[in-house]
Amino acid sequence: MNTHNLMLIDPHIHMTSRTTDDYQRMREAGIVAIIEPAFWLGQPRTEVGSFKDYFSSLVGWERFRASQFGIKHYCTIGLNSKEANNEALAEQVMELLPLFVCKEGVVGIGEIGYDDQTPAEDRFFRAQLDLAKEVGLPVQVHTPHRDKKAGTITSMEVCLEHGIAPDMVVIDHNNEETVRDVLDRGFWAAFTIYPNSKMGNERMVEIVKQYGSERIIVNSSADWGVSDPLSVPKTASLMLEKGISIEDVRKVCYQNALDSFGKSGQMHESDWLTTTNVDQREKFSDNSVLRGGQTPVIGEIKADTALESNIVR
Amino acid sequence: MYQADIYQTTTFLKDLVSSVTSPQGMDWLAQKVEFLSADTSQPKDLYIAFSAAPRFIGKEKLQVSEQVIQTAANIRAGFNPANWSTAQAARTILILSIPHQNAEVYLATIEKLFNTADMGELVALYAALPLLPHPESFKKRASEGVRTNMGDVFEAIALNNPYPADYMEEDAWNQLVLKTLFVGKPIYRIYGIEKRVNPKLARMLSDYAHERWAAGRTVSPELWRSVGPCLDDTLLNDIKKLFAQPNELEREAAALACTQSTFAPAHDLLNEHTTLKERVNRGEITWDLIGNRLLEMN
Repeated sequence: MNTHNLMLIDPHIHMTSRTTDDYQRMREAGIVAIIEPAFWLGQPRTEVGSFKDYFSSLVGWERFRASQFGIKHYCTIGLNSKEANNEALAEQVMELLPLFVCKEGVVGIGEIGYDDQTPAEDRFFRAQLDLAKEVGLPVQVHTPHRDKKAGTITSMEVCLEHGIAPDMVVIDHNNEETVRDVLDRGFWAAFTIYPNSKMGNERMVEIVKQYGSERIIVNSSADWGVSDPLSVPKTASLMLEKGISIEDVRKVCYQNALDSFGKSGQMHESDWLTTTNVDQREKFSDNSVLRGGQTPVIGEIKADTALESNIVR
Repeated sequence: MYQADIYQTTTFLKDLVSSVTSPQGMDWLAQKVEFLSADTSQPKDLYIAFSAAPRFIGKEKLQVSEQVIQTAANIRAGFNPANWSTAQAARTILILSIPHQNAEVYLATIEKLFNTADMGELVALYAALPLLPHPESFKKRASEGVRTNMGDVFEAIALNNPYPADYMEEDAWNQLVLKTLFVGKPIYRIYGIEKRVNPKLARMLSDYAHERWAAGRTVSPELWRSVGPCLDDTLLNDIKKLFAQPNELEREAAALACTQSTFAPAHDLLNEHTTLKERVNRGEITWDLIGNRLLEMN
């Protein structure tokens, strides 16, 4: 894998499900900043307190953990579409959101949108769009796995209906079938590089060749399932290998993420340019990210592993 | 009910913030303070203002001179905003501005802020404990702060903060001191470290030193600061061992520990080390100097 030492951003990754090994390899591969959207945990929560603690961990412990590996952690806060279907609980979660959306490093409302495209999902998607508008934050939209194309178009129409400008919305999990509609309407189009499902990165190369680099964003969406936290660096590397210009690669794997979520006013390049060094001594020797007997890293984290093939199919 | 006069505290903090923040930032703060102090304000108004403070006030460090530290200490003994940021000061002003006559309601509001806080907010909240009304209500919360694994948050509760020494129960206080050593933070920055010396803590610290020695690890000379006043036959063996260490700071710590003690054999032991004893008497060896030297060496 050769990313020509580009600085990279993964604007969609669920780090609470990942290990410190992932953080270390991500940093080695050039990832300087990440955005962690609020999502579900693989099974539905049944108590509002679980949401509160989850949101707290996104702005607290997880951010601290990332900093231990020289990665700036941001997040988007929202009620995901799957759990919007438990309406009684969803109403309580909606009351929690104002506590979190203005916190430091919260760069958007997300990931929100449709899953089964039910009336309940629609109700809470709209309510959260209003909240995003009220606090002036970008929106990160999860598009459905099933009936994707129609769901994607509905998502955009509802955003416009609520008076949200297309350049404040990142439409996520696109594919060859949806990209044209999203770009034509002026929204940001994000692509998730997932092994065996959403997009392989060879397909991603073709999309950038066809559509260019304007408003296109690459992410990993790595979570608790089979996924790859190195999808962004691997895709950057493959694009370069396949002759896409370094400027275009920089845009889709770094700059566009910064430009879109930077509209929150909570994410600046200087955040990572001025603090690139790690000091694990800051933390605690027994039960921090370091376990007993480990030597804290001070300064730059050095690459010490050969990274595997850069193709994700 | 009060540890510090609220009007005096907020006026002092506003002055500090205004010398760093923009006029627009100060306008935002003044507006929020007025709004939040009204009985009609809703909890949600506080939550949003509290979390959004850095967006309007910035996160610069306050400019804190010796004079300012003196003024702070006059407002509240041990209050020291030397490491505070503007956002932190603004957040403190906000939580001092809401109605606080009903202790139960006030506690519930502040607890809600704690339970949903990000790292910067936790730092602000823990460092503000010595300024809040109803200080007795926050003992459990302060103990919870000591359990954190986030370095900045731990420092906010443990270092340069007079709340723990003034209000924490003994067991919680002992954990605070031990954990400060455990995570390699400076003991001399714990306010009231001398005042809260107790035999149980001395025993725990001695055990911890033995554990470190057994593992072939170094022991911070600052550890003995809370042991000295409690020296007895058993603990004196540790001090004898300390006098035999090659590290000068450890021998200095041994001499200071003996000086702090009223136990006669400790004084006999110190008399065997005349040079160190004289240096202590001349004021050349103090715990603060040792703490400072250790920080410089790290």
